[in-house]
Amino acid sequence: MARKLLLEHIHVPGINTFDVYRKQGGYRAVEKALKKLSPDDVVEEVKKSGLRGRGGAGFPTGMKWSFLAKPEGKARYLVCNADESEPGTFKDRYLMTNIPHLLIEGMIVSSYALGANTSYIYVRGEMMPQIRILEKAIAEAKAAGFLGKNILGSGYDLELYLQPGGGAYICGEETALIESLEGKRGNPRIKPPFPAISGVWGCPTVVNNVESIAAVVSIINEGGDEYAKVGIGRSTGTKLISASGNLAKPGVYEIELGLSVEEFIYSEKYCGGMANGKRLKAVVAGGSSVPILPANLILKTTNGENRLMSYESLADGGFATGTMLGSGGFIAFDEDACIVRNTWNYSRFYHHESCGQCSPCREGTGWMEKVLHRLEYGHGAMSDIDLLVDVAKNIEGNTICPLGDAAAWPVASAIRHFRDEFEWHVKHPEKALKGNYGLAQYANPLPPVVVETV
Amino acid sequence: MSDKVKVIIDGISVEVAPGTSILNAARQIGGDIVPPAMCYYSKLEGSGGKCRTCLVKVSKGSEADPRPMPKLVASCRTTVMEGMEVQNITSPEVVDARKGVVEMLLINHPLDCPVCDQAGECDLQDLAFNHGAADTRYEFERRTFERIDIGDKIQLHMNRCILCYRCTYVADQLTDCRQQGIVGRGDYAEISTYIEKAIDNDFSGNMIDVCPVGALTDKTFRFKSRVWFTKPVDAHRDCPTCSGKVMLWYKGDDVIRVTARKDENHEVVEFICNTCRFDKKATKDWVIEGPSQIDHTSVISSNHYDTLKPLPVIKENKALMAANKVELERTKKD
Amino acid sequence: MLKVTETQEITFSKELLKQFDEIVTRYPEGKHKSALLPILHLVQAEFGWVSTASMDKVAAYLHILPIEVYEVTTFYTMFFLQPQGKYVLEVCRTGPCNLVGAEKMMQHIEKKLGVKEGEVTKDGLFSWRGVECLAACGMAPVLQIGPDYTYYEHLTTEKLDALVDELKSKKA
Repeated sequence: MARKLLLEHIHVPGINTFDVYRKQGGYRAVEKALKKLSPDDVVEEVKKSGLRGRGGAGFPTGMKWSFLAKPEGKARYLVCNADESEPGTFKDRYLMTNIPHLLIEGMIVSSYALGANTSYIYVRGEMMPQIRILEKAIAEAKAAGFLGKNILGSGYDLELYLQPGGGAYICGEETALIESLEGKRGNPRIKPPFPAISGVWGCPTVVNNVESIAAVVSIINEGGDEYAKVGIGRSTGTKLISASGNLAKPGVYEIELGLSVEEFIYSEKYCGGMANGKRLKAVVAGGSSVPILPANLILKTTNGENRLMSYESLADGGFATGTMLGSGGFIAFDEDACIVRNTWNYSRFYHHESCGQCSPCREGTGWMEKVLHRLEYGHGAMSDIDLLVDVAKNIEGNTICPLGDAAAWPVASAIRHFRDEFEWHVKHPEKALKGNYGLAQYANPLPPVVVETV
Repeated sequence: MSDKVKVIIDGISVEVAPGTSILNAARQIGGDIVPPAMCYYSKLEGSGGKCRTCLVKVSKGSEADPRPMPKLVASCRTTVMEGMEVQNITSPEVVDARKGVVEMLLINHPLDCPVCDQAGECDLQDLAFNHGAADTRYEFERRTFERIDIGDKIQLHMNRCILCYRCTYVADQLTDCRQQGIVGRGDYAEISTYIEKAIDNDFSGNMIDVCPVGALTDKTFRFKSRVWFTKPVDAHRDCPTCSGKVMLWYKGDDVIRVTARKDENHEVVEFICNTCRFDKKATKDWVIEGPSQIDHTSVISSNHYDTLKPLPVIKENKALMAANKVELERTKKD
Repeated sequence: MLKVTETQEITFSKELLKQFDEIVTRYPEGKHKSALLPILHLVQAEFGWVSTASMDKVAAYLHILPIEVYEVTTFYTMFFLQPQGKYVLEVCRTGPCNLVGAEKMMQHIEKKLGVKEGEVTKDGLFSWRGVECLAACGMAPVLQIGPDYTYYEHLTTEKLDALVDELKSKKA
């Protein structure tokens, strides 16, 4: 158990340099792919691995690759999405800082598989230090003959460039990222056409998250079938989890999918429990966009089973009692955290980051923020709570891109599970300003499931 | 197989050319099942998809793949497929979602139609009347901006803008040097030239015609008359720059405004140049064709002479006429 | 309309233009507009902010319309459209950082520097603002300082004091 596929050598001194990375077996995947496998073989291995996109949506990477159109005489592009800005997620920054060559190696193999001769890594502008690190890593790889013309004598050419963002969460959406890469405002495109048909500069394009690209390295080294053995069910492989909030040991952890949430929070190997001996109140399990769950529902499903860190288990119960693995941004809240304030904070974030292109998101995110602000500062009314639910509903699903959903879910779920805390803010504004609602019943064991017999 | 695609919208089937959008297919059917569109403009490439008022439900994707689409889709930017089935006004989900979108469009739009120059020919006003709720639930301050003159002929009042982007497409596609664009982000985005700059171009006036609200207005016409007190006629002239086919808006004997002609979807038929629009305001400049066609639901038609035919008051009754032949003869004039 | 009250006379140095030229080679023929964001970052690093004059010059360099540059700079939050302090302290104020005291950090900075968010200290050295998630939630609270965007993690009020004092002494 507890295989490490991405961060195995993270603690080897100097692993951020080419020489040390190479000594630890780095760039074996490039050699194997370019010398022994055809591009289609690589795609096949990734399909077999069952790897699902690590950026949040969880779409199977191999399938995404197989959708790429291959018209004659048109260039194809691979763009790596390193615009990591989902609140609660910082795994890509960690990976790029500490083991940049893993990403470069993954980019070479993936570009080869897709037939791309120019690839870009779109790094968010705030990550200038990481851009410098990657620039150095690319130069080293190029000097060693792993990038440029005729790589390893295979006849395959690849140029790899870095592109900085400019400070916009929306550019994590793949078509907004493409627009931004073209030097425009990061307004998501209306789909179809999908990037696989018409992406950057109208050419077929694949956009993959940093971690997905990095995972391709171990898939090629170990073989897709072997990779698929790691993990649980359709959640194959390992996942980087960014743990933050009121935890004793926040940080980035590589877990094998299928680890129980309880073990992840409380085991010394991972987060080591809550900070300062406080009790767990709630968890946002996959980055700020996914529904928040109270302690009792994040630890157990309504069937009484242990909740596991996997795409399926976290989603168990749908949005009524479940959530999503998302990008793996695991934010834990202790008993002192105020859910209303936190929801307002998220809402402000989405309001600030809405591109303003389509009306429900442009207007609705600001509206939700204002209502939540009023609730948090003691001027709310009971009707505000239902108003929020309704506004969230009017945004969800009606927008061009998923940012609308991402803005609506945290609000809808907070009210779904913490309604009494919202009501308490309305009934006792003076108490809400000074103190907080506390743990209440949110960690109580779930009532046993009653099987109805007709 | 024919080269037409068959699609069913609200139970009515229509055959359209491949590549047609759901919205345009619905427009071929016409009537109540046509989704409203605030940002899409068939003559402006790339427009559409933003306002979300034309959302519809695709209950059957196509003959080949009959699965319904998981979300409501923007009908202006979704292409029809053979055998596709679409629900617009027959789907309560769509009607609800549209009501939600209208509410969103109105939360930052001033509700002061009585003092707005666009009233009576405003797409947002019609949209709110036809698809919106009677009340607003928004209780916060609205975004406000100063009025800006962009050039001496056009005024921009961002308070009323719904960010449909149409005017930027006009600038992009009809003029050679776009000077205005969208600056800022989210709900503080605005149409702007960034630094105060006059827009000076032969076709810039078309921004006024494509604006669905009163954000861009004709300064030579502003507040001269309520639009329903004017009488539009079709006219043309020999113009070296544009087609010269326009509508003249008369008040009494004066032409107080010149605009492009609009079709039944409130879209400009042919864009016109600024000379025709701003500088030719005398009847002698034009060849008058006759009264313009105005939609009978429009408030403008309430004052429209085209429909004012003398009503038949007396029915002819042969028997009565025969009996009163002598009296009738006396009424005849020589 | 945005009010642009300040502007500056600028010239792009030979070295800077050389860097621009290199950036343009990263994209296919005719797709040089893609160079806009990297170039704007260089301009801001050089001049401290992005003035209308710089934007017009960048537009001329890339053969695009000035409005295309204005549209971009006003969309992305990293570009300063007004002069800032030499050091801009950008404190993350989102979600996890907020859970562990970002608001307190911002209050402390306001008190320490004696200026409100977005204002510049009298000596021209500092300004500060709250920014959205910096992707360092595990090391919260955090702030960054451009143009290198160095991160300062696990902030405390003591660490903030030391940081500000250190930056001040650098000037001397």
